[in-house]
Amino acid sequence: MDRASQRNDFILMAVFALAVLTAPVWLAPIGAAYPDLLQKIAIFGIFAVGFNILFGLTGYLSFGHAAFLGVGSYTAVWSFKLLSMNILPAIVLAILVAGLFSLATGYVSLRRTGIYFSILTLAFAQMSYNLAYSVLTPVTNGETGLKVTRGDPHVLDRLFGVTVGDSLPTPELFGLRTIGWEGFYICAVALIVAFFVALRITRSPFGLALRGIRSNQTRMSFTGFNTRPHTLAAFVISGMFAGLAGALLAVTDPLAGAERMQWTASGEVVLMTILGGAGTLVGPILGAGIIKYFENIFSSFNEHTLEQTFSFLPEPVRDAAVSVASLFVGEGWHLTLGVLFMLVVIFLPGGIMEGFRRIGRAVSGRSAARRADKLQPAE
Amino acid sequence: MQQPNIVLHVDDVHKSFGGLHALSDIDLQVVEGRTHAIIGPNGAGKSTLLNLCVGRLRPDRGAVVFDGQVLTGRKPYEINQLGVSRVFQTPEIFPDLTVHENVVIPALAKRDGAFAVDAWWSMAHERDLRDRAEAAVVDVGLGDKLRHEAGSLSRGDKRRLELAMCLVQTPRLLLLDEPTAGMSRLDTNRTIDLLKRIKERGMTKVIIEHDMHVVFSLADRVTVMAQGRVIAEGTPDEVRGDPLVQEAYLGGGHA
Repeated sequence: MDRASQRNDFILMAVFALAVLTAPVWLAPIGAAYPDLLQKIAIFGIFAVGFNILFGLTGYLSFGHAAFLGVGSYTAVWSFKLLSMNILPAIVLAILVAGLFSLATGYVSLRRTGIYFSILTLAFAQMSYNLAYSVLTPVTNGETGLKVTRGDPHVLDRLFGVTVGDSLPTPELFGLRTIGWEGFYICAVALIVAFFVALRITRSPFGLALRGIRSNQTRMSFTGFNTRPHTLAAFVISGMFAGLAGALLAVTDPLAGAERMQWTASGEVVLMTILGGAGTLVGPILGAGIIKYFENIFSSFNEHTLEQTFSFLPEPVRDAAVSVASLFVGEGWHLTLGVLFMLVVIFLPGGIMEGFRRIGRAVSGRSAARRADKLQPAE
Repeated sequence: MQQPNIVLHVDDVHKSFGGLHALSDIDLQVVEGRTHAIIGPNGAGKSTLLNLCVGRLRPDRGAVVFDGQVLTGRKPYEINQLGVSRVFQTPEIFPDLTVHENVVIPALAKRDGAFAVDAWWSMAHERDLRDRAEAAVVDVGLGDKLRHEAGSLSRGDKRRLELAMCLVQTPRLLLLDEPTAGMSRLDTNRTIDLLKRIKERGMTKVIIEHDMHVVFSLADRVTVMAQGRVIAEGTPDEVRGDPLVQEAYLGGGHA
């Protein structure tokens, strides 16, 4: 039993890594194979995988995780400005600072559970958002956003004799640029590492304890577990994942703005996780992929493209079809997302992953299921 | 003869909710290795007493002492780590985990303490822990349901599962709140057999029970409570013969 499950995890990891690295190939037919979109999917995949460690395993629904994403971005840009244009120190610092920030937020918010916990995290995130626009302007550069400028010290770069040319320096990884396909592959490697860490955590005693907390917190405490440090650790870990995602956003585009911390951004990661399947490993990444894909594809449709799509129809029908469909594309793509989200939550409460499981069960057939039932107790 | 070792000592405990005296002047001593039953009509304060023992409630006065350590004021998880496990009146299990995982978790708490920090090592390697959990599941007769989701079990099976979750911790003191309530006669008898077997292992038990058949087949000592007070204590036979008890609880000549 356990050896089989370990082998399955190994296969899962291998298939996952392969799928991520070859995404530019197999996503080409649906028009998603361009680096800007793919790296966004990878980054928000990391964000959602981390969020799922908190929400999927412990059941604590945070509505403030975008704050950690924003903190990660700001830290990374400051690291570019002060230390080095190399992305490694930026990523490490972003993870650490986001971890510290989530430690403080989690310490306070986790005193409550359920809706009160969610409200506390939301309040924290909104507070950060508003502070970034007001008193923290010296750190965040307010509405303009924080970016790398020509006069920045780059202490480490100078120390190691890396010369900054006349042009505005761009982030790099030991000479490798971080935009275009290189940018995607940096994010892809980060996503694979993040996924591996999440897999290890899920399968560990700590992960089992987190699932116990989600299932029945009362029983956990009467069973000898101090639940608070567990939930706090899960909160900090997911905050660090968010910090990594935030850093990667800055890596691929060295500009940090406070809009990343807005509550809609916090809500988006909740949507991603639930859409894909909370508590599953792959689900959150699927959710992130679908939402980012829709955002890019549907929002770029306009009336002209719609008219072309429906050009086979006779004119009056075409006009009607275009005016109905235009509600769902362009600015209105959120409507598509909303409808999709409602359909999933109503018909597949376990997200898209539950849909896959149902299909899998239907395919494997009844007789096989019965055989499996008979075999299982013997294990 | 050796002086009997008092494992649990409830010392002059009072508890009131608003104006209601749920417990007054409760004194109770449980001897190591014995099965101590607490009986009494509904509202006698039996479950409140257990809640005080496991840290769910704090007494207004008095203290609960377990093996020389004051439990009063400690958190539930600390009390469990000292060696006290409890079966609840409505089964407290992990409904969306498997039967096996339900029992692995308490075994983990017993081995690693109140905070399982290991977030890297795979559970698949914890062969010893998993084997022990499986043995406990088989012990309560749920061996054929090891991989079932715990929430899908029948009420009686959930109770037995909860018992396995406590037994896997080999607690020094096991508190049972009506372990056979809602069980069929067959399941009740199986539970009695199981509890008798545990007794042979020398585990101390406090059991709240309405079913006199269960009480008289298991208990070495019986405490009778009514309206928040202890009205009688003794061996099962003494208690059965006590006219005060028959009046208050057994309904006069019923036993």
